[in-house]
Amino acid sequence: MSNAAATSAAGGGAARRHVDIVMAGMARRRAAERRFRLYGRIAIGVGLFFLVVLFGSIVSNGYSAFWQTELRLDVKLDASQIDPQGGRDPAILGRADYGGIIKHRLREMFPEVHGRRDRIALYGLVSNGAAFELRARVLANPSLIGQTVSLWVPADDDVDMLMKGKIKRAGPEKDRRLKDNQLRWIDQLKADGRLEKRFNVNFFTRGDSRDPELAGIWGAAVGSFYTLIVTLLLSFPLGVAAAVYLEEFAPRNRWTDLIEVNINNLAAVPSIVFGLLGLAVFINFFGLPRSAPVVGGLVLTLMTLPTIIIASRAALKSVPPSIREAALGVGASPMQAMIYHVLPLAMPGMLTGTIIGMAQALGETAPLLMIGMVAFIADIPRGAFDPATVLPVQIYLWADSPERAYVERTSAAIMVLLAFLIAMNLFAVMMRKRFERRW
Amino acid sequence: MIDKAIVAGLGASLALGAGFAQAQASRDYISIVGSSTVYPFATVVAEQFGKTTQFKTPKIESTGSGGGIKLFCAGVGVQHPDITNASRAIKKSELETCAKNGVKEVVEVKIGYDGITVAHHKGGKPVAMTRKELWLALAKDVPDPKGGETLVANPYKTWNQINPSLPNAKIEVLGPPPTSGTRDAFVELVMDEGCEQFGFIKAMKKSDKKKYKATCQTVREDGGYIEAGENDNLIVQKLEANPNAFGIFGYSFLDQNRDKVEGVAIEGVKPEFELIASGKYPVSRPLFFYVKKAHVGVIPGLREYIAEFSSEKAWGPDGYLAERGLIPMPDAERARYAGSSKAMTTMASN
Repeated sequence: MSNAAATSAAGGGAARRHVDIVMAGMARRRAAERRFRLYGRIAIGVGLFFLVVLFGSIVSNGYSAFWQTELRLDVKLDASQIDPQGGRDPAILGRADYGGIIKHRLREMFPEVHGRRDRIALYGLVSNGAAFELRARVLANPSLIGQTVSLWVPADDDVDMLMKGKIKRAGPEKDRRLKDNQLRWIDQLKADGRLEKRFNVNFFTRGDSRDPELAGIWGAAVGSFYTLIVTLLLSFPLGVAAAVYLEEFAPRNRWTDLIEVNINNLAAVPSIVFGLLGLAVFINFFGLPRSAPVVGGLVLTLMTLPTIIIASRAALKSVPPSIREAALGVGASPMQAMIYHVLPLAMPGMLTGTIIGMAQALGETAPLLMIGMVAFIADIPRGAFDPATVLPVQIYLWADSPERAYVERTSAAIMVLLAFLIAMNLFAVMMRKRFERRW
Repeated sequence: MIDKAIVAGLGASLALGAGFAQAQASRDYISIVGSSTVYPFATVVAEQFGKTTQFKTPKIESTGSGGGIKLFCAGVGVQHPDITNASRAIKKSELETCAKNGVKEVVEVKIGYDGITVAHHKGGKPVAMTRKELWLALAKDVPDPKGGETLVANPYKTWNQINPSLPNAKIEVLGPPPTSGTRDAFVELVMDEGCEQFGFIKAMKKSDKKKYKATCQTVREDGGYIEAGENDNLIVQKLEANPNAFGIFGYSFLDQNRDKVEGVAIEGVKPEFELIASGKYPVSRPLFFYVKKAHVGVIPGLREYIAEFSSEKAWGPDGYLAERGLIPMPDAERARYAGSSKAMTTMASN
C-alpha cells in the first residue's frame, strides 16, 4: 500500500513536473512564435518598402511627361502661300513651306528681333514638329486655307524643361541651354497666356522621335502588340497540345522523362540564348526580315513555351481522375473525354499560365537585341513584317539619349509598361478567381 | 469548340508562314546598322528624311561599329543592311571580308567629328590636365616615380601626387567599358599619346609591340578607373553625386549638361564646340558611314537619304546636327565628301 501510495505520489509529482516544464517553456515558445511572425512581417515590410521606393521614384520622375509645354500661335493660312493654283491638290498642299509660315508668325510676334543669330534663337523656342502639325491640320481640313487658325504647337524640349523646373535659370549665360533673350521671350509668352502645359497627346499617339517633345510610345506599343499576338498564336496551341499529350497520352518511359527534364531546363535558359538561336535559325537560315515582330514573336514563343507547358500540365493534373473515369465509363473515347470534359476544366489554369508567360515576354529585351529590334523606328508598324520595336526596348533607347527631356519620358514609358503588366496579371488573377473550381 | 480554336490557331500560323517569302522579296525602307555614337545623329537625319520626303523613315539599329560592319559585310541583297555607321574608319581586313561576301563597292562618307571629354562636377575649380597626366592616373603600370626605366604598379592615389597643381583628391574616373567605341577612341587618343611621351616606352613600340600595347592601353584595376556601363547619362548623374570624380563621355552629353558638369581642358584646350571643330582640342575622332553601292537604285530613297545627310542644313556649321553636338568638318573637307557621296566614289577594295 505504501508502495502504491508512493507510486501514485510519484506519478502525481511526475505529472506536475511535466506541466511545470511545459509552463516554464511557454513564455519562450510564445516569444519564439511572435518573433517568427515578426520576421515574416519584416520581410514583407522590406519588400513593400523597396516597391514603394521604386514606384515612387519612377512616378515622381515620370508623371510630368504626361504634360507638354505648348505654344499658341495664331497663324494666317494664306492661300497664295499654301495653294497658289487653288486646286486644293493634296500633293501641292503637302509641299507648302509650313515651317516658313510658323517662322513668319514668330517674327510678327517679336518684331524687335533682328539678326540671324537672334532669329535662330527665336525659332528654337518652337519644336521642329510644329510645321508638321500645321501641315497635318491643313491636309485634313483644306477649308482652313484663307483663315487665321489658332493652334497649339509643342514647344522645344528645352523650353519644356524650363517650364517644368528641370533646368535652372540661374548661372552664367554660356552654361545654359536657354540664353537670356530666349528667357525674356518665354516670360513674355507666358504673360500673354500663349505658353502653357497641356496634356501630352503626342506621347500616346506617336512613334519614336529624336525630338523629345515629339517622341511617343505608340509605335513601341503597337510593336509589342504584334509581337505578343504572334507569340500567343504560336505558343498557346503548341504549349497546350504538348502538355495534353505529355500528361494524358504519352507513355511513361525514358524518352518522356528526357523530354520533361529538357522542358524544365528550357524554362531556366537565359533569354539572350533564345535571341542567338533566333538570329541563327529564323533570320540567317529561314531568311526572315530583321527587326520584324514576327521574328520577335517566334523567339519569345520559344521562351514562353516551357512556362505554358508546365502551367498547363499542372492544370491538367488538378482535374480529378473521377471526371475522366466517368466520361470513359459512359463510353467516351479518351480523346472525347479529354476535349469535352478534362480540357474545359483545366482551361482557366492554362490561361493563367499563358497570361503570366505573355507578361514575361512583354518585358523582355535581351533576346530582341540579337534580332535587330533594338532600333530607331519612327513609323508606326502596320503589320507583323514591318520593322518594329517594343516597349522595354524603347525605354532602354530613351534612357541612353543625351537630351535631358528623355529622363522623364523614360520614367513615363516605364509607367506605361508597368500599367500593362499590372493589367495582365490582374486579368490572370480575376480569371482564376472566376473559373476556379474546388473539388 | 476547342478543337476549332486549335485549328484556327494553326491556320493563323500557316498564314504567317505564307507571308514569309513575300516579305523578303522587297524592302521599301532603308536599313541602317552600326555605331551607337553615330546613332543619335543618324536618327535625326532619318527622322527629318522620313518627314520631308515621300519615303519611309529608315530603320536604324544601334549595334556598335564592329557589329555593324559585320552585318553590313555579310552580303548584297535586301536582307542585308544598306548603310553602316562607324565611329572609326573601316579596317582593311573588314573590307576584305566585305569583298569576299560580294560587297565589293563601298562608299565612305565622313560626317564630322566627335569630341571625347573628361568632365567633373560643376562648381569646383576648373581643371587642366595633359594626356601624360591622364595616362599616369589611369594606367595599370607606370614608370617608377623615383626615376629610371622600370615599370611599377601605379602608385598614384591622388591627383596632386602626379602634378602638385592638380586637386588633392582621390583618383576616381568613371568611364566606358572595353566594349564601347568611346573607350577605344579614348585609349587611342589619350592613353597611347600620353604614354608615348616617355621615351623608353616609345622605343618599345618598335622593339616589343605587344609589351608596348599592354603598357600603354591597360587600365588600372584598383578602383581608380570605374567602368560605368554604356550609359553616359548615368556617368553625368554620378558626377553630380560625387564632386571629386571625373567622367569620360562624348561631347554631346557635355553639351546637354553644361549646367551640371564642366569639361577638363586637355593640353590647355577646353572642350568647346569651336575648339574641337578647328582641331585645337586634341581628343576628337572622325565619324563615318559606309554605303553599299549595289543597293543604290534598288532600295528606294537611299540616294536621297545620303543627299539629306550630306546637305549643309544637316552637317553644316549651322545645321541641325551641329545643334545635337556633332562637330562639323572644315568647309573644304565637307565639300569633298559631299561631292564623293554624290558621285558614289567607291573605296579601293584592296
